[in-house]
Amino acid sequence: MPYPEMMVKPMREEMVDMGAKELKSVPDVDAELGDQQGTTLVFVNSVCGCAAGGARPALRAALQQGPKPDKVVTVFAGQDTEAVARARQYFADYQPSSPSMALFKDGEVVHFIHRHQIEGKAPQDVAKNLADAFRKFCAPASV
Amino acid sequence: MSGHVFHPGHEELHGITVVVSGRSGRTYVGRYHEQTPKGTLLHDVAVHDPAGGQSREEFLARTLKFGVRADQKHLVLADEEIGEIRRLVEFE
Repeated sequence: MPYPEMMVKPMREEMVDMGAKELKSVPDVDAELGDQQGTTLVFVNSVCGCAAGGARPALRAALQQGPKPDKVVTVFAGQDTEAVARARQYFADYQPSSPSMALFKDGEVVHFIHRHQIEGKAPQDVAKNLADAFRKFCAPASV
Repeated sequence: MSGHVFHPGHEELHGITVVVSGRSGRTYVGRYHEQTPKGTLLHDVAVHDPAGGQSREEFLARTLKFGVRADQKHLVLADEEIGEIRRLVEFE
């Protein structure tokens, strides 16, 4: 059962504040993930402590470092259930967990961070994992 | 074991995905919840049985890459079955 919207509103706003686009419906998800070019990070948001204490601060920190994805989008587990289910179809090889993050390049998943890689870790450790992936996959090709 | 408790009032491993090496030879990967009078309660648990053919190493490698494929929503492991409990990320 979803939490009251009033309770999750700050968690949604935290994502939007850092530049993420919220996807709340199946058409929203298909519009962003259906025919991808470039790099996209999908952040599966959650009400749990490891989203608040680890995953969201980590993403904010990683986005303030070097290269970053062309797009950052987010779906909210337990809240926007149809959108989350649809998003997970795009990374169906990976078991559902939240929070979690999938980095796509030209439609392929090139890096995935599971909940088990976030829980109990300091945000800077998770941020390093993300920033390393951004440097590897999101940096402009050298000429 | 280091690490911060992010759900105050619970045990240190509460909410953490752990690997339990069972004395039966089975391996369990799930989210640690708490000790109960009947044993240790895990949520969303993948169970590896060596009789299934896949090695424990393959099972853990696949779990690390693709996540925990939960066979059971909840599982209580009796103390007699528990050999060792370690965090899944220690196997990376």
